[in-house]
Amino acid sequence: MRKVLQDRRLRIGLAGAAAISLLTLTACGGSGSSTTTNSTTTPGSTSSGTAAAGPSDPSTFTFLNITEDPTVGEEMKGLAQGACSTENKALPLVVENVPQASLDQKLLLLAGQNALPSMYAAGNAPATTKTLVQGGDVVNFQTELTKLGVINDVEPAAISSIDSLFGGFYVLPTQLNIEGIFYNKKIFAQDGISVPQTWSQLVADAATLQAKGVQPFSASGQQGWPITRLISGYLERDLGPSALNAVASGAAKLTDPQYVAAAQAVASLGAKGYFGKGVESIDYNTSVNTFLTGKAAMLYMGSWVLSSIATPSSDTIGAGNIGFMPFPNVTGGKGNSDQWPANVGLAYTLNAKTLGPKSQAWLKCIVQNYGYASLKTYDTFTGFVSNPAVTGLTPLETQVQNIISSTKQSVLWFEALFSTQATTVSQQDAAPLVNGSMSPSAFMSAVQAALTTT
Amino acid sequence: MTELLGNKRAIMTLVGPALLIYTAVMLVPVFWSAGYTLTSGNAITGYHFVGLANFRELLSDPNIRTALSFTLRYAVVLTIAQVVAGYLLALFYVFILKRASALIRTLMFFPIVLPTVAVALMFQNLFAIAPVNGPVNSLLQAVGYHAIDWFGTAGHAFWIIIIMDTWRSMGFYAVLLYAGLVDIPESVIEAARIDGATGLRLVRHVVLPLSFPVLLAALIFSINGTLKVFDSILALTNGGPGNATTPLTLYMFNTSFSYDEYGYGATIAFLLTVICLIVTLALYRWSRTSGEEVAS
Repeated sequence: MRKVLQDRRLRIGLAGAAAISLLTLTACGGSGSSTTTNSTTTPGSTSSGTAAAGPSDPSTFTFLNITEDPTVGEEMKGLAQGACSTENKALPLVVENVPQASLDQKLLLLAGQNALPSMYAAGNAPATTKTLVQGGDVVNFQTELTKLGVINDVEPAAISSIDSLFGGFYVLPTQLNIEGIFYNKKIFAQDGISVPQTWSQLVADAATLQAKGVQPFSASGQQGWPITRLISGYLERDLGPSALNAVASGAAKLTDPQYVAAAQAVASLGAKGYFGKGVESIDYNTSVNTFLTGKAAMLYMGSWVLSSIATPSSDTIGAGNIGFMPFPNVTGGKGNSDQWPANVGLAYTLNAKTLGPKSQAWLKCIVQNYGYASLKTYDTFTGFVSNPAVTGLTPLETQVQNIISSTKQSVLWFEALFSTQATTVSQQDAAPLVNGSMSPSAFMSAVQAALTTT
Repeated sequence: MTELLGNKRAIMTLVGPALLIYTAVMLVPVFWSAGYTLTSGNAITGYHFVGLANFRELLSDPNIRTALSFTLRYAVVLTIAQVVAGYLLALFYVFILKRASALIRTLMFFPIVLPTVAVALMFQNLFAIAPVNGPVNSLLQAVGYHAIDWFGTAGHAFWIIIIMDTWRSMGFYAVLLYAGLVDIPESVIEAARIDGATGLRLVRHVVLPLSFPVLLAALIFSINGTLKVFDSILALTNGGPGNATTPLTLYMFNTSFSYDEYGYGATIAFLLTVICLIVTLALYRWSRTSGEEVAS
């Protein structure tokens, strides 16, 4: 009997320990699919837990930014000290940074635990942002800004661009960029080169520059996108502005001969050494510095680089010596250089699950003040109305501003409608494409395969 | 003692808690992860059952072939390189430096305690070609050769990874094998010398067979570590150029956390586990038969 009792105690002890372990596991385990059933009104994990139906505020207004581009974070800190100091007092701003390469992983992990911050960089590709929208982690700004009475403080062109990329007004236009080729006027004048109007002229100019010992293009192979932008530019000039929409809809494939021809055109620039040595090792900052220190004649880039151009310590050639031209036409092509690639930069959004009254006050303040502050401090154009208007812009900035306001038709960048996997494959294979270790058809096949599997 | 170990209750009391913790922190996650192989989706959109679709994708995915081929080549080449280098160093400590080897052993061991990212940055700069030539390319140009784009082609990048990881780990294997070599009785070595065995003959016929067990342990240790390589490649090449130096672990990581495909990522992890299991079993089997041969 004693033995039985002891056995029973042992069993009870073991069962208790097992139950504790299971409870611990359950507590540690992710919420799994349950996150999808949480409505957008679920309060955030750090909320104070009131009985109100709407989301409630966390204890701080945490902003998750990327390490590589501190501009938005610095601008937010500026607002917290200035125009939004009342909102900051009610809900203090905390800025956190994550390397851009780890952003998507971090967002997915945080979203899976209902722990996304109040405001965050919403992924490296629109596909990631759309996933977060599905999970109810993103504010619908169309509804929210209308409710707050500040919808007119956003440029309609910016809302339209965001709508077409994200399927709704889900991100804030902290930038409104156009992309084109920045060129060194001094080098062009010295080598007797005029602004190329066609792709053939651009290639001929690059040959002239190379022959004179000047590196024609500066590009970051480590980032990859400055190279794939050239492919989309060529495609949209050759096949027309809807060339990439056709790929997204399945009407065309990247492996079609006319698409491979675009990759071939860009690969041949690399084969002739026009991107300089070791392009795959060049990071974003090095590529911009190479151009701004006069070591390369041209740089394909978005208008966000104007902030670097306006910084005398990084721009040694001077803003007056820099020109800006559209991607040239392809002879006989269906597109033209009036169609500019446009984007809203890295997507920033707010967490719908923590948008309480204090966070709403922050949102209203950002929409009303960010545009002016950004242009004034960082020479960066945004999709917010600048109120009051900023004066004293350089001729280059005025040129870009005029192009932004007069552009009737914008075009997409190469990966705009791609899945995250296809975006990664495209950008990591860009350097092998231009250094000759990957053929144009292999490059397009790899990207198309990544598109097909997702 | 026999009475204690013959008592089932005593055994349960002694082993039970450890077994429970092991089950909770090891077995449950392993089986949980295995369950993910039958699902598709992610933590945000939720998971749904897809049967064996992930395994079918595994068979047809060209990236898996590239990653598997790289992983196996890397594991074999690096295992040979680091164990051979470590063994040569250990012989150097025992037979040449003898009692004066402490400082050299410490210096050679030093790279293993350095952070992987710091070592990778150092090697990136050593072999850099842009924006300025690193020391290796400067040296090549000084002796009349062209600078080489080391990270631009798959072949070169592979060998840079091997050189870096060999440099990092050979000190560790040297210490491991040194411990085995110093266990060989001095009298046996002395007897072999009296019989006329010196240099390579002494190593081949006396030292090698006597240090075989520790050599085998180093081999098993190395092959398992190299099959699961992740940090050094992530920091040095990030799997590039393209995906030429992407091992299974990095592909698994990207699939799960960048492409949001947790189910397929778990399937790649399953493949890696099976490979590790097969290799380990094969090595143990080989060690048993080889051990018996050495003993006889």
